[in-house]
Amino acid sequence: MRSYPPEIVAEVVLNGLLTGSVYGLVALGLTLVYGVLHIINFAHGALLTAAMFGVFVLHEVFGIDPYWALPVMAPVFFGFGYLLQRLVIGPAARGDDSNILLVTLGLSIVLENLMLAVFRSDTRSVRIPLANEMLEWGPMLIPAPRAIGFVVACIVAVLLFLFLARSSTGRAIRAVAKERTGATLVGIDVAHIYAITFGIGTACLAVAACLLLPSFYVNPRVGNAFVLVAFTIVVLGGMGSVPGALLGGLFIGVVESLSGLYLGESLGQIGIFAIFILVLLVRPTGLFGAKA
Amino acid sequence: MRAILLFAGIAALLPVFVTANTVLNFAVFTLVVALAAQGWNILGGFGGQYSFGHAAFFGTGAYAVAVLQMRYGLNPYAAFAAGIALGAAVGAAIGAMTFRAGLRGSYFALVTLAFAEVFRVLANSLALTGGAAGLLIPLDVRPENFQFASRAGFYWIALGLVVLCLLLSFWLSRSRLGAHLVAVRENEAAARALGVDVFAVKLQAIALSGAITAAAGGFYAQYFLYIDSSIAYGTWISVEALLAPIIGGAGTVFGPVMGAILLHALGEASRHLFGRIPGVDLMLFGAVLILVVRYPPRNLWRRS
Amino acid sequence: MTTATRRTVLATAIAAPFIAPRAGWTQAGSVKLGILQPLTGALSQDGEYGRIGAEIAIREINEAGGIRGMRIEPVFGDARSAPEGGVAEVERMQAEGVVGVVGGFASPICLAASQAASRYDLPYVVDVGVADTIVTRGLRNTFRFGPGFGVVTQTALDNLSALNDAAGKPARTVVLVHEDGLFGTGLARLMNAELPKRGFEVLETIPHPSPSRDMSNVALRIRALNPDLVIPSSYYAEFALLAQTMQQRRIRPKGIYAVLNGAASNFRFVREFPEAAQAVMDCNHWADPRKPATARVKAAVEAMGRFWLYNVALNYSAVQLMADAIGRAGRPDRAAVIEALAATGPAFTSHIMPYGPTRFVNGQNQSAAPVNTQVQGGDIKVIFPNDFADARPIFPVTG
Repeated sequence: MRSYPPEIVAEVVLNGLLTGSVYGLVALGLTLVYGVLHIINFAHGALLTAAMFGVFVLHEVFGIDPYWALPVMAPVFFGFGYLLQRLVIGPAARGDDSNILLVTLGLSIVLENLMLAVFRSDTRSVRIPLANEMLEWGPMLIPAPRAIGFVVACIVAVLLFLFLARSSTGRAIRAVAKERTGATLVGIDVAHIYAITFGIGTACLAVAACLLLPSFYVNPRVGNAFVLVAFTIVVLGGMGSVPGALLGGLFIGVVESLSGLYLGESLGQIGIFAIFILVLLVRPTGLFGAKA
Repeated sequence: MRAILLFAGIAALLPVFVTANTVLNFAVFTLVVALAAQGWNILGGFGGQYSFGHAAFFGTGAYAVAVLQMRYGLNPYAAFAAGIALGAAVGAAIGAMTFRAGLRGSYFALVTLAFAEVFRVLANSLALTGGAAGLLIPLDVRPENFQFASRAGFYWIALGLVVLCLLLSFWLSRSRLGAHLVAVRENEAAARALGVDVFAVKLQAIALSGAITAAAGGFYAQYFLYIDSSIAYGTWISVEALLAPIIGGAGTVFGPVMGAILLHALGEASRHLFGRIPGVDLMLFGAVLILVVRYPPRNLWRRS
Repeated sequence: MTTATRRTVLATAIAAPFIAPRAGWTQAGSVKLGILQPLTGALSQDGEYGRIGAEIAIREINEAGGIRGMRIEPVFGDARSAPEGGVAEVERMQAEGVVGVVGGFASPICLAASQAASRYDLPYVVDVGVADTIVTRGLRNTFRFGPGFGVVTQTALDNLSALNDAAGKPARTVVLVHEDGLFGTGLARLMNAELPKRGFEVLETIPHPSPSRDMSNVALRIRALNPDLVIPSSYYAEFALLAQTMQQRRIRPKGIYAVLNGAASNFRFVREFPEAAQAVMDCNHWADPRKPATARVKAAVEAMGRFWLYNVALNYSAVQLMADAIGRAGRPDRAAVIEALAATGPAFTSHIMPYGPTRFVNGQNQSAAPVNTQVQGGDIKVIFPNDFADARPIFPVTG
């Protein structure tokens, strides 16, 4: 393994943190959904793709800048997620693990191919002036969109954490996550809470899409690339833990970046999974998780 | 038991009455997936340990057949057998690590996914597995070389393997090991309290599961004669191997086979009807999946 | 849904593949041609363009009166971006009585599909798939009009040396960036072996996965190494990301010399990233800019609101080749078509590729070769070889 000068390693770590913040945001939705509904949402990648197409359409058709689209996309996707859980996933799943698996898998197939039929398979990008702005930090150059992404992702994570800790809905969500039967007994509408949680998850994806699109691209398969990493982060950070998702995301981003540097970008992908396996074997509940 | 023999008898006659290669090809591919699904079913259906990474075993079998044949000159049948043994070994290794650490449920599922991904990346990088170029098994159509001029030859072998596994599943459902496995699935703590060696039971299940799915992989390699890391260790086969038993009835003897047939038939039907616009046929497929879960056919197959 | 309805649906679903497909043989006045592309899945982007190229060719041929008065009736197949999908579609096309199959796109699909076709002595013309193994298996039914991997790499190296020499040898150090799949890895290996022999020094070889979520570190390493030349061999998305990142960070080597790159000769890339695309060179399949038919086909594609791509030209030409062979065979008989294909000669001119006279040896067109293109002022020009060039190269890139 060759050695690299410290400036390069430092910048690689920085790149990892920036990328990892977005990973964390994508993982946030997934971890909440798992922590509360106890379902592994196979449709997460397709939902991210749908969100990115949403931002794309807003830009191309209505001329709305992806960052300004945030206040539009987040509530719309919250509603979309709420309805999905309330009307499609919840009734179909009826609490059975394998049913949920099938429904979310079916949903991901429907969504991905719907987008393929409507948008065709081309890889498209948006052009916004901000995309070429670079911030200087010492000798390092940081593209503005990625810096914005980092900041917003952290803010969203903090806001979500506070929401869960302080608000009454947040308390209800935590109650349902911990003890569903007990929560029903004290009068909490569990189906409603489930739907709200799912909606928050998709809203996080919408935010991630707004942050991602200026420096990335969109096609019907784009979300799939992030799903595996998101799963890894969810498990690593502890299922249901918001700080775990963000910190796990940052950690994985740095691991990916460094192993890409030392092992090559291709072989370096092993770094993520190797860490994942190791953490699980040694500390199965994840870094911040409650008992499994 | 009678059902198995009846199925075997009828299915064996297929190539006699239907010579259309479209159908035979479809049938062979469906049987390969059914076999992989039967492997998954041992661990996931009977044992209740859902795996999202059965590609790890499928790919091991596929690469074993290809590599041993091409680099070490082994006879394809011997390579096939070696692939099965290797699949069992990999299963035991993964099982030993993960079950020792007490991984269960979603954690176990995701760790198997991680293993499959690691194998995929490694297979794509190592010279042994042909790296990114993959492995192309030379065309040499002789029955002794596990290559048949007629698709019927492949069909009967695949069918034979599937029937063998049906018998195996049947035996398992009636055996002590099977009973222990189901006990572990239903309530692991209670099973342990009753004196079941949970670790040993799970280990046997995953080894058996790995062996069967590796057989499916080895057969795939011989049939299509070309594999690379995304074909052998890709998520597509992990998904197929778990979808089929769940649809058909996890933990049943016929579940994986029926599920595989149903899913593939559905895929073909939607392709016939909606093939023009790309994506519409798969959309229908996904929609049916959701609908089937929403309005399940009750008692389609009895649980054994 | 009632129990009875559910059972009916399931029974129909199971029965569907056993119902005989439309009785296959050609009706009087038309010839069936199979067009196989990955229309769904990971490769759907390319598959669709391949299909467009085939459709345009078929329409033109039919409008001109067809093949000896017989219309071409296309049978489209979706390989679903997987070899088994390609095989299943070939079987279906076979059952429907096609006289030949064109397409495949990806090498694994082409390998499996052409092999399946060989069982029926069904002529198969590969459109893009560059793996050399496609034409070295001894299958007499398989033909490839475009160049294979070995020829592309060799030509890329020869042309690079020529370009460098003509400019006074400004480039010596190279960084290779490649996708970690079949063609990227093979290309990198060949380049590593051959470049030093021609006076170049490979500073580093950087593989990356497809899809890649981020190319910043690759750009960072390029900047640190500061090579004269970057040779990227990637699919569309990754190269677009890399080019954009390099442009943002003002990483400007003397030249970006792409080989078989998914974006460098793609008009969508040029339109969406004009600054990043400027002066990027590619050694790739490309249509012959001097042939009048090229402009016509290009206009047809743009009238559909799509971008002009090498894939369209290759498929258009492959279909023209098949039609030409069927015409020379005189009848829709598979064995006769195979013989006609193998005997194709300089008289075949209805293709739009920049190749010399056609000549097949073991199914490979010997005159097939890639050309060098460069993005200049928002347009993609051919800069080399001079026989087909419509612009002069900008090399080295300064400023």
